[in-house]
Amino acid sequence: MGCGISLNNDYSLKKTERAMKAAVLIQRWYRQYVARMEVRRRCTWTIFQSIEYAGEQDQIKLQNFFTYLMDHFTPTNSNQRDLIAHIFTEDEVYKETELEKYFDHESIELPESYTGPHIDFPLTAAHAAALVEAFRHKQQLHARYVLQLLHETLKHLKLLPNINRVCTCFCEEITICGDLHGQLDDLLLIFYKNGLPSVEKPYIFNGDYVDRGKNSIEILLILFAFLLVYPNEVHMNRGNHEDYIVNLRYGFTKEVMQKYKMHGRKIHKLLQIVFSWMPLATVIDQKVLITHGGISDTTDLDIIAKVDRHKYVSVLRPPKKKKRHNMAEALSIRGGRTSEGDIQTTNMDSRPSLRRLSLTSTPCYSPGTRKRSPHDISKKVRRSVEEELEKCRRQVGFSEPYEDGKFSLSFSESDSESFEVCESDNAEWKQIVDILWSDPMHQEGCVPNAVRGGGCYYGPDVTEKVLSRHNIQLLIRSHECKQDGYEFCHNRKVLTIFSASNYYELGSNRGAYVKLGPDLIPHLVQYQVSRTTRKLTMKQRQKKKKINMGPIFERSALRALREQLFSHKSDLISVFEKYDKNKTGRISLNDWATVVESVLHLGLPWRVLRSQLVQSAPEGLLEYHAWFDDLAIEQPTTEHVHQSLLETLYRNRSNLETIFRIIDSDNSGLVSFEEFCQTWKLLSSHLNMEISNEAISDLARSIDFNKDGSIDINEFLEAFRLVDKIHYTEREGSLLLTTPGDLL
Amino acid sequence: MAEEKESAEAMISEIHKQITDAFDVFDHEFNKTVDVREVGTIIRSLGCCPSEGELHDLLAEIEEEEPTGYIRFEKFLPTMTKVLMERRYRPIPEDVLLRAFEVLDQEKKGHLEPEELTKYMSEEGEPFTQEEMEEMLSAAVDPDKNVILYKDYVGMMTVEDN
Repeated sequence: MGCGISLNNDYSLKKTERAMKAAVLIQRWYRQYVARMEVRRRCTWTIFQSIEYAGEQDQIKLQNFFTYLMDHFTPTNSNQRDLIAHIFTEDEVYKETELEKYFDHESIELPESYTGPHIDFPLTAAHAAALVEAFRHKQQLHARYVLQLLHETLKHLKLLPNINRVCTCFCEEITICGDLHGQLDDLLLIFYKNGLPSVEKPYIFNGDYVDRGKNSIEILLILFAFLLVYPNEVHMNRGNHEDYIVNLRYGFTKEVMQKYKMHGRKIHKLLQIVFSWMPLATVIDQKVLITHGGISDTTDLDIIAKVDRHKYVSVLRPPKKKKRHNMAEALSIRGGRTSEGDIQTTNMDSRPSLRRLSLTSTPCYSPGTRKRSPHDISKKVRRSVEEELEKCRRQVGFSEPYEDGKFSLSFSESDSESFEVCESDNAEWKQIVDILWSDPMHQEGCVPNAVRGGGCYYGPDVTEKVLSRHNIQLLIRSHECKQDGYEFCHNRKVLTIFSASNYYELGSNRGAYVKLGPDLIPHLVQYQVSRTTRKLTMKQRQKKKKINMGPIFERSALRALREQLFSHKSDLISVFEKYDKNKTGRISLNDWATVVESVLHLGLPWRVLRSQLVQSAPEGLLEYHAWFDDLAIEQPTTEHVHQSLLETLYRNRSNLETIFRIIDSDNSGLVSFEEFCQTWKLLSSHLNMEISNEAISDLARSIDFNKDGSIDINEFLEAFRLVDKIHYTEREGSLLLTTPGDLL
Repeated sequence: MAEEKESAEAMISEIHKQITDAFDVFDHEFNKTVDVREVGTIIRSLGCCPSEGELHDLLAEIEEEEPTGYIRFEKFLPTMTKVLMERRYRPIPEDVLLRAFEVLDQEKKGHLEPEELTKYMSEEGEPFTQEEMEEMLSAAVDPDKNVILYKDYVGMMTVEDN
């Protein structure tokens, strides 16, 4: 009996022991799984961020190139002149009366069929609320009302100082929101959770209302409406995306043109001016500074308070130049006159309001700076186009940035050929760029923001210095997407607040807003827009097929990364071949990581990402040619178009689109052959690439699908698409698996 | 001889780079330190599958004499290199994992009730926290039948992981 019992005990002991071992095993395994998922999530985030910032940097580089071109380019034929003129007439200064005429909304008739919202001035809270409801129901405000609203907004903005001063004494709490980027759902969610703006509910919006999302114009219209209804309670700061040049690239311009077609251009132009009049910062109780990007070690609120902020229509370009008589003065200081000098004066006379000119203009030329000799001028004039462009590109110095604090926004004065701006203008410009473009960093110091290409990275010591100089205790800024919607740094002296949830992709991040009461202690509220706004009970949620947000987010990032890899294929292969000395067609995975980083410069942890990007590598060696077969690009006809040209086009489609939209002055969506070729030449010089005229013509012809001598911009851009093994329709769409055929 | 030495050096150099990359993902301040609470994640992301106890022992080797809450790269690298060279804490093959689930399924039903799994995971071995348990259940429980079809689950997880 005793034996039997002990045997039983033994048996059950063994069983328990085995169960325990099994449990430990499963726990061990599961924890490793979780860890690997966490790392993948972090990497996905990093991928999106580095690609986003690389895009911004690209934009600024392109802009620098134009800026330089503006002052030093000599068109040799009328086509070129037209092209350049297109790019440069954006900066025309409008006189007040001209404005009124141009933006006259009275003349725009409201069609009988219009079922959208109606507004009237003076605007009331009911009108503003009606707008919110209308947009929630996907209606569109008629161009007539849009122009009217923008007009009234402009009148209001002109009365505001550069730095809004607000106090908490009249209310309980002020709500501060960060970037919205055209994501109307997020704004609606904020209003739902927090209430509409009112006398009791003041709001401060911290910039970046537009670009990327689909409802940029709606967000602006809602916010402007509330701005007009509650002028003392609603405040809007300018962000770096309130800038028509950035808008060309990141989608706002496209949105306005698509939604408003005929009147789009007027709306667009008026918006440019409205943006330039937006205040640059807000201060609460003299203790909390709210501005879009942040600060730099030279930030001085007193200087910022005094600038003529509307001079900076785009912050990416130096401020509009002063009046003509300065120019004349400047010229007379220069010794000697040549015929070129005369041409210059003549040009100036003909279009007095035009800012600069195609010849060697020297804007604000103050006695302190270098004198140009007539000899220099004539040499310049005679230079051929290609040389000139090449020189421009080199002068602005894009390739690898930022040695000894040189800002990529052409601040340098050391280059004798470079753009000459008054020193004080320069300093002022820098103040503004810094507050709109800078990012905080962990290390001490202040260095140029190489990643974005504008503004600085500022360390905790800079924050400490600048804040205490102005007796400020907290800096609230936006500009950077944060997974939780917000983030403190610099000893909680800096708070980043970002209000666009799911910014990179569904499931990528939460949005947040912050509330400040008289005690000035920040209270944060987070949220995330989901596809179904109905609340599900726990049980229902489990019953529903769980849509794991992680994979969508990750797949998007990997797709974006593969696009980057594809568009550098030729470069990558040539470096791979250098490592593959024996020409085996294979390369070690370690070398793969080194090469990829050296070509793409994205600063990503490639060895950690490797398993996602490389399907198989027997014996630790990758067949690099075969690897690229996984990446393929789909385009209409490629037989006679060179592979590397295609890659370059693909890589630069954002730049191309930007330029196209500039030259497509009538917004027809079409560019002529000639314009396309000119654009391409311009771009290729910017990129320092050799492309024969023949290659460009071939390409243009192959893209002209209708064979009518013009190229449809949108078709051209659509033509580039990566073929993915498994296809998912974009963001807002369903999660169905589709085959390539379905997408065409 | 020289070749062998060369390939051993190459291997160590590769391992060092892997460790560096993984470490950098968590080095938020860019000063070659990581929060001690993330070290487990880093080690696991490098392909190791230690138990909590083994992790604890490893940490003891890596931490400073006076624990600061941070782990420095200089201490992490040599220890981790040894771990990888010795191929310690190897990951668990799919079939072994499946058998472990089968052991827990004492009645040989072919599935586990959520309560069963919860009992084992939260009470036996190195117990899960409530958060870990909820996370695991949310993905493992079949929403229609309300049980854990462990064969399918293991299959799905091992695919996703790769």
